[in-house]
Amino acid sequence: MATNTLKMGIATPSVNVLITSFYHSILGETMKVEQISIFIENKSGRLAEVTQALGDSGINIRALSLADTSDFGILRLIVDKTDQAKQSLKERGFTVNKTEVVAVEVPDCPAGLAGILKVLDAGNVNVEYMYAFVERCGGNAVIIFRFDDPEAAIKVLTENNIHVLEGERVYGM
Amino acid sequence: MCWKESGSTACNPSLKTIMIQNENKTTNIWDRDNECMSRDGLETLQLERLQQTLKRVNEHVPCYQNKFSALGLSVADVQSLEDLRKLPFTTKEDLRLNYPYGMFAVPMRDVVRIHSSSGTTGKPTVVGYTRNDLKIWTQLAARFMTAAGVTPDDIVHIAFGYGLFTGAFGLHYGAEEIGASVIPISSGNTDKQIMIMQDYQSSALVCTPSYAMTLADRMEKQGIDPHRLSLKVGLFGGEPWSEEMRREIEQRLGIIATDNYGLSEVMGPGVAGECQHQCGMHIFEDHFIAEIIDPETGEVLPRGSIGELVLTSITKEAFPIIRYRTRDITRLDYEPCACGRTHVRMMKTMGRSDDMLIIKGVNVFPTQIEEVLFQVEGCEPHYQLVVERDGTMDTLEVQVEVNERIFFDEMKKQRAFVNMLEKRLLSILGVGARVKLVEPSSITRHEGKAKRVIDKRNS
Repeated sequence: MATNTLKMGIATPSVNVLITSFYHSILGETMKVEQISIFIENKSGRLAEVTQALGDSGINIRALSLADTSDFGILRLIVDKTDQAKQSLKERGFTVNKTEVVAVEVPDCPAGLAGILKVLDAGNVNVEYMYAFVERCGGNAVIIFRFDDPEAAIKVLTENNIHVLEGERVYGM
Repeated sequence: MCWKESGSTACNPSLKTIMIQNENKTTNIWDRDNECMSRDGLETLQLERLQQTLKRVNEHVPCYQNKFSALGLSVADVQSLEDLRKLPFTTKEDLRLNYPYGMFAVPMRDVVRIHSSSGTTGKPTVVGYTRNDLKIWTQLAARFMTAAGVTPDDIVHIAFGYGLFTGAFGLHYGAEEIGASVIPISSGNTDKQIMIMQDYQSSALVCTPSYAMTLADRMEKQGIDPHRLSLKVGLFGGEPWSEEMRREIEQRLGIIATDNYGLSEVMGPGVAGECQHQCGMHIFEDHFIAEIIDPETGEVLPRGSIGELVLTSITKEAFPIIRYRTRDITRLDYEPCACGRTHVRMMKTMGRSDDMLIIKGVNVFPTQIEEVLFQVEGCEPHYQLVVERDGTMDTLEVQVEVNERIFFDEMKKQRAFVNMLEKRLLSILGVGARVKLVEPSSITRHEGKAKRVIDKRNS
């Protein structure tokens, strides 16, 4: 996982409070971020083909993570135009799935991520995997989380005043 | 060698109900007198025709004369159907040795058609038909096509290759005999096939089962809903396919998928065909005698055993064939069928005795692997087996093309899926296999038959 690439500054966990009490299930949908995952056989040139296909369709990659085994890899991407990206990759014969992840603003300081994971743990939410976002959000880092239960995760995070970024905002970053 | 009993061959009740609702059951028997003849009457007819055939081959085909005399056999020794087992087998090798016309029992002036089987190894085999042979072939094709549900109202789309291969011509003449409208589109050019299906309103599709899947894939890619086409029935043959593949084709194309059986050495399509109950293919026993043997020892196996199908033609003039080893593995069911036909039913072929792989001393059929892949929900049969030898150890790798239903964004789940497949394969095959997921369309497709096995052990 790509968490070790995240640079943390030195400060105590600070939190951006933008959204307050009334969201939860209603806002849960817009709070989630759409991610596409692509099956890639472990052979030369495949990653280049995926990125070329996206480039040809004028799609910009916002964040990515690659999990691999000796046979195959799973490439996960957040892009500015999800449906268009999925379509264009399918047309080139790739197997593509769409999943929902959550983008969380993380204070860029030591223990910034630890504080958030503690909150999630206390709320009994499991992290399947996570990876860092390229862009920062107002001085804070952004981490993409795949949770077993995204709704519960969003609820726990927002209740603890941790900022979850809306999908629309993430695609345009 | 020991042949295990296969799973239940009970009729498919849901489909049966649909058919009874949609069709008048009494109308889909083409030749009631012959197809529903009493077993006693049938066996008397078989013996009479067998004796005539033996007499003819003994007079006109040196290969048979030599084989019989080598065993000290006289055709007069065959006094019952049981006596058939005294006769020697005919193999593909015999046909090759007598290439091209050595097995013909009539002079060439009486032969009006020549076909040939694909010569995948060495020389092809050549078969001939007299005018009467073609008449019978047409009738038998009309029988199984009628049983499948083809009527004079149908538009029959024949996507088998026209040429030396018997598939296309057999069904072509059968469909015309029924009075259906035939589109002789032949094989290849999938996009054009789909356009014609849409525009000409093809209602019956004739091709190999793997090509039916190719058509479904292409339609999906093009965003065409097969359920909106006029297709209602498919007549698939030319390669073995599983019940699961049948269900997948039925569901994806929105048709009833029927099976039929034939091989050019015996006649072509029309040796056997399925009725609406889909519980095996009726072998047209007034023209062919079927036996099941152990492929290793050649012994005739007791009724109900799984083994290699051996066929004897009893009405053919130009190219009679005695105890031909088909290499197809199946089982015969003599229980009466609900459709009223009395002819024995052969189960779907479970593979070819020469496709049988011996891996670490265990007999493995590619179709067993197909079954496992289908049982795993949503897994299409795009797979390939690669057998290699690592030192003295055989290794089996099953390559499976990934699709959206078996692809997960979590590595944990993806690995669990691969492990589950490997466990199931081990329990079904009795030998370990490594599963490798590969990208869609990366396994070579053929417009006709699918190449399932790559055996690198002898190269």
